[in-house]
Amino acid sequence: MQILTRSIPLFITAVAGIVMILSAFFPYTSDWGKFAGQFFNILAAFAFVLGGGNLLKLHLKKISDQRPGWAYSGVVLVCFIVTLFVGLLKIGAYPNPTYPSVHFGGETQGSGSMFWWFYEYAFKPLTSTMFAMLAFYVASAAFRAFRAKNFEAILLLGTAFVVLLGRTFAGVLATGWIPPDSAFSGLRLENLSVYVMQVFNTAGTRAIMIGIALGIASTSMKILLGIDRSFLGSGD
Amino acid sequence: MRTSSIQTILLTTALCALAGGQVVLGSSKARASFAPPAPPTDLVANDLPWDGGGTVQIDWAASATPADQLKGYEILAHELEVTPRDAAIETDEAADRAAAEETQSLLEGEGIAPEDARRQAALSTPEFVSPPEDVSEWSSLGIVPATQTDYQATGLNKAGVYLFKIRAIGLEGDFSAATASSGEIRPVAAFFNGRKLPLLITLILIASAVFVFIVLARRGMPMRIRKIAGLAAVDEAVGRATEMGRSILYINGIQDMDDLQTVAGVTVLGRVAKTAAEYDAKIEVPTSRSLVMTAAREAVQSSYFSAGRPDAYNPDLIYYVTDEQFGFVAYISGMMTREKPAACFYMGSFFAESLILAETGNSVGAIQIAGTANPSQLPFFVAACDYTLIGEEFFAASAYLSGQPDQLGSLKGQDVGKILVGIVIIIGVTLATLQAITGSDSLEAAVNYLVNVILGS
Repeated sequence: MQILTRSIPLFITAVAGIVMILSAFFPYTSDWGKFAGQFFNILAAFAFVLGGGNLLKLHLKKISDQRPGWAYSGVVLVCFIVTLFVGLLKIGAYPNPTYPSVHFGGETQGSGSMFWWFYEYAFKPLTSTMFAMLAFYVASAAFRAFRAKNFEAILLLGTAFVVLLGRTFAGVLATGWIPPDSAFSGLRLENLSVYVMQVFNTAGTRAIMIGIALGIASTSMKILLGIDRSFLGSGD
Repeated sequence: MRTSSIQTILLTTALCALAGGQVVLGSSKARASFAPPAPPTDLVANDLPWDGGGTVQIDWAASATPADQLKGYEILAHELEVTPRDAAIETDEAADRAAAEETQSLLEGEGIAPEDARRQAALSTPEFVSPPEDVSEWSSLGIVPATQTDYQATGLNKAGVYLFKIRAIGLEGDFSAATASSGEIRPVAAFFNGRKLPLLITLILIASAVFVFIVLARRGMPMRIRKIAGLAAVDEAVGRATEMGRSILYINGIQDMDDLQTVAGVTVLGRVAKTAAEYDAKIEVPTSRSLVMTAAREAVQSSYFSAGRPDAYNPDLIYYVTDEQFGFVAYISGMMTREKPAACFYMGSFFAESLILAETGNSVGAIQIAGTANPSQLPFFVAACDYTLIGEEFFAASAYLSGQPDQLGSLKGQDVGKILVGIVIIIGVTLATLQAITGSDSLEAAVNYLVNVILGS
């Protein structure tokens, strides 16, 4: 049992990891890396069935227990089953021009199919609505983040003010009186904004990126050596 | 009237004389610039050795026309469609493909015999096409300055066969005759990609340092790690949820298990779940990927077992929602608003949904701890969460929470990597500053080597 739950998964992890590293440095093994990657896609395809089954089970249970909000679970199930049915049977899909006599030869997501219609007129507007909410959340988060509580917060507020204003017409107008060719042109808000983003922001981001790269290398090493096994459910 | 005519004639004569003088004075230069420049010679093209493929090194001898009378050299390339030998292979492959496709597609109709398909495919295969004589039909890879006599053609098709030509461009934009075409070059990949050698050396150094410190830690070398506020707050967050009798929400990012951030998130989940099991708190883990759900279940179950509470483990609390980014966000936001979790953890790879999730969590008064290695999302988490694990802190979380010596040893090895990076940064800054002050060519070459070869690998 120990072999199945720990040794074999660790062996597969190590082999796949080493193959991926080799494929980065030895061009002739680059196909091995792609081949190893294909196994993940196969696993993910099986996991879709697992996920779909879990979704059905969870929401059916919610409906049968009549837990609060069970009606929403009904909506989820109806949408899930209808979309699955429409997609699998390719309802409304135009036939494939190369093989017009072959049933189910057309593209599921081809323009005009029912699946496409669902995507275009139901899914896209709904996701766009969620995305649009981000604008309000940015405003509320900025309001909280830019409160001048201490010296660091004041510094942040000042920098944010320069960057935000420098990217608007008001910022350009406010410091437009500084001649663009003069020695003080760098003080124009639009130029200050670019300077802050190109120098301070880039330096900070790069420092974080270096830390992330080293963290990834170290974590990968731990996983390859089998020191960190917590992702297999056997951390200690 | 007469006076003005005389004046006009005199003026015209003077202008003509002036123009004539200019023509005489600049006659040699004018002749040179209006005549087409002499073509470059001795074109040699070779596949670049020790590379990942797709690069050809081209060298030539400068044109007899002086460089100051040239705009530059244009590099021309032509990819041969198929060589006769390749055509034969292609024919067989195409035939096999056609036969397979036809057999599959005409299940109810008349099947096509493989031999027929092979013949059909052979008929439809394009024959070897000679390179066009007219160089205007060749692809231009670019124009290099007249002082340059070499060029590296990159991004070529590794399986393709190429011919190259060079022609000089005069100041007026007039072209010289093109050189004779180079031999057929196939830009194949070498056994080892030598351009990545600096990266390989760096990787070996860092991996060795990690390995050495793991061994030293196992032998009892004391390892110290600074306090990470976000991880120290895990107990506080779980304790708060227990006291309030509300759940803990754990979001493992929106990427699959092939993303290392998701793996690190599952690792942290194991530690958080163990604490939750010890405190008897309810932990809920909605996932956006089926594989993550499976891994998360394994990790949580293992934590409940190690905490001595296997009976309290409920797999239904770790469930799949949807792969769709905003569908997932809609579910989580709604769930947060309805159930008001006391603590929210966001550990993994996040994108635009980070702020929506964190702001919703904030609005329901949850204590929030986030960790991600996506730099663009860090400001949002910092603004909306109580604690944020920034980049490497997130990857160090596993070692920090476990406290195991070999895990802490790996962090020490990581520090050696930081020292290496620091040394390279100091060398680079010093060289670039000295080069800017002195204008030295050798320093410029050193800076270019550092940027293009060392960092470019």
